[in-house]
Amino acid sequence: MSDGGSLHVEVTTIEQLTPLIKHFTLRPVDRAPLPAFSGGSHVVVVMRGAHRVYRNPYSLLSPPFDRSAYQIAVRRMEDSRGGSHFMHDQVFVGSRLEIAHPVNLFPLDKIARKHVLIAGGIGITPFLAQLEDLHDGVIPYELHYAVRSPAHAAFADRLRALAADSVKFYHDSEAQEIDYDGLLSGQPLGTHVYVCGPAGMINRVIATARRWGWPDSHVHWEKFSAPPVGDAFEVFLARAKIGLRVLPDQSLLEAIEAAGVEVPYLCRGGVCGFCRTTVLEADGELLHHDHYLSDADKARGKSIMPCVSRAICKSLVLDL
Amino acid sequence: MSAVFKPDETFRDDFSFRNSVTAIRRFPMPFPADEYMYSVNLEPHLPGPPGSITEFAFDIDEHYVAECRERAIVLAAEPLRFQALPHMLSAQWDCLELIMESLARDYSQHFSLTREGNRWHWINRPLELEQRFTFGDVSTLPQPPLEFITRQAPGDWVVMDQRDGDLWTEAGMVTTPADWSLDFDLGMTFKEWHGPVPLAHEMNVFDRALKYLLNLRLGMPVRRLNWTMTVNPRLDTAPELYPFWGPDRAMVNAANAGDRVHLRVELQGLWRLPRSNGVVFSIRTYFISLRELATVPKWARRVHRVMKNLHPALVDYKGLSRYRDAIVAWLAPYDDGSPTTPGTAPE
Repeated sequence: MSDGGSLHVEVTTIEQLTPLIKHFTLRPVDRAPLPAFSGGSHVVVVMRGAHRVYRNPYSLLSPPFDRSAYQIAVRRMEDSRGGSHFMHDQVFVGSRLEIAHPVNLFPLDKIARKHVLIAGGIGITPFLAQLEDLHDGVIPYELHYAVRSPAHAAFADRLRALAADSVKFYHDSEAQEIDYDGLLSGQPLGTHVYVCGPAGMINRVIATARRWGWPDSHVHWEKFSAPPVGDAFEVFLARAKIGLRVLPDQSLLEAIEAAGVEVPYLCRGGVCGFCRTTVLEADGELLHHDHYLSDADKARGKSIMPCVSRAICKSLVLDL
Repeated sequence: MSAVFKPDETFRDDFSFRNSVTAIRRFPMPFPADEYMYSVNLEPHLPGPPGSITEFAFDIDEHYVAECRERAIVLAAEPLRFQALPHMLSAQWDCLELIMESLARDYSQHFSLTREGNRWHWINRPLELEQRFTFGDVSTLPQPPLEFITRQAPGDWVVMDQRDGDLWTEAGMVTTPADWSLDFDLGMTFKEWHGPVPLAHEMNVFDRALKYLLNLRLGMPVRRLNWTMTVNPRLDTAPELYPFWGPDRAMVNAANAGDRVHLRVELQGLWRLPRSNGVVFSIRTYFISLRELATVPKWARRVHRVMKNLHPALVDYKGLSRYRDAIVAWLAPYDDGSPTTPGTAPE
């Protein structure tokens, strides 16, 4: 089911936006209109490398009503398992890629009275498409965008053009910091806050909002985890009767897929819960890296999210 | 399928609605086995065989023109059968696009859609309608977008917003309800909306269904069948009108059940909407009288058995308490006790 709705696209432009971020324009190979989408959506890009298949989620940052092309931005990850390096080094103008239909796990709330958007670094991407929906001016909003230095502020020009009065930049290089308390203590009732960026930023926003009494339903974050690297481990798929080895820089989900077993997925980042898999037997420790299972679920050890989680086990048996 | 429309048939007053032999053969029989209980019977809405009701995204059949006229009659008397909360406007446009694109693609002999950027031109030949408008600009349509298109699209339509881990019923066109009310349910969460359904909550049917629907994917719609019984082929059994149709139930007896009682089946489809991230729920109603149903021996045997052994809570919830025995008695002569083949196909 996961690949049932694949879209075939061709890379038509590549732009180096900052020292670390490349911007890609993707047009449908058959030139038929792409599906419209909602701001905050991502697509999973399938990258067929020489030895491996990578599937990474990237936020769509093009205007949602533009059905002629999608745009994504990819930051080169220092400790990459290969996906972002593949996009940076092996994808060129004219390259063809396969993408899944857009999925939105980070939508704007439609009955919010005001939106406060907080972005750190590459976390700006989901907000770019959302700003296109917001700039009709019906609902007030403000965007706070923190980056290392002006050179790292991808899309600064586009942001100024789209939302000059509502965007505030913060540069680490000039010791500018977001005043989270000031920001979250004085918002009108009905405001929703959204944060996308490094884990530290997300945690601070959540903690500050809680301290000021924000209801959880009004605090939204997008924290896609790249599958972390780790030690290799063995796993047995009980129904398929297949034993396999998960390599250090491979996710459990990728290893299962490489063995020809399909697992349904949406986000591949430990958020959506779609790939939740039952653990039948685990002689060792499960390394849960997802944001979906509750702490109790994790402690119980009966489920694992193979997109990001790993294990240090003598034997691990999954219900697949 | 190229249906011959029957524009004069009615779903009220003289109830002249009938099914052709073709319509009977393609009727969506909802019982795959001789007994019935709830399940989360959702499946991908993939194209069915040519001529079947699931061949295309939306089914246009011989009743199309008559059903649209019936909708107009209901709306003239009760405009609140269409409602949409203000934040559902982008979802309304999503629905209009989905329906127009699908109908023009699947029934090009009846519908046409041409687009130059946001300037759209829509032609509906069976209803003799033509409209030029600007997509996204409500001032260029005679009605709100969802009302405009669902006056031309059979079945009821409910549009849900997704937020806070739930689906909220916040827009819709409902003129053919099986005893439920959009006006009453507007603004409800998924489980509030389904509150009256017996047994299913205890079976966690709605927990599972909600979880499934929250992850519904763009371009991968799903469907299910639901059913009840209605006396006379009356599409509009709204609870607000109970005094007008409730008493019909008292008139059914073993002699007239074959013509009076109709199996009422809903083909329900669910689509993720692209711009709004909402979900649209389509509920297309099909009627078949017991007499029409009995022309298919397998179906007569099966429905007889299902009705005879139906769980008492479902008999009550589906409003059959007064006339279930009459249905069973009327169908009994068609059930010789021989086995039925698995599945829902006529034979």
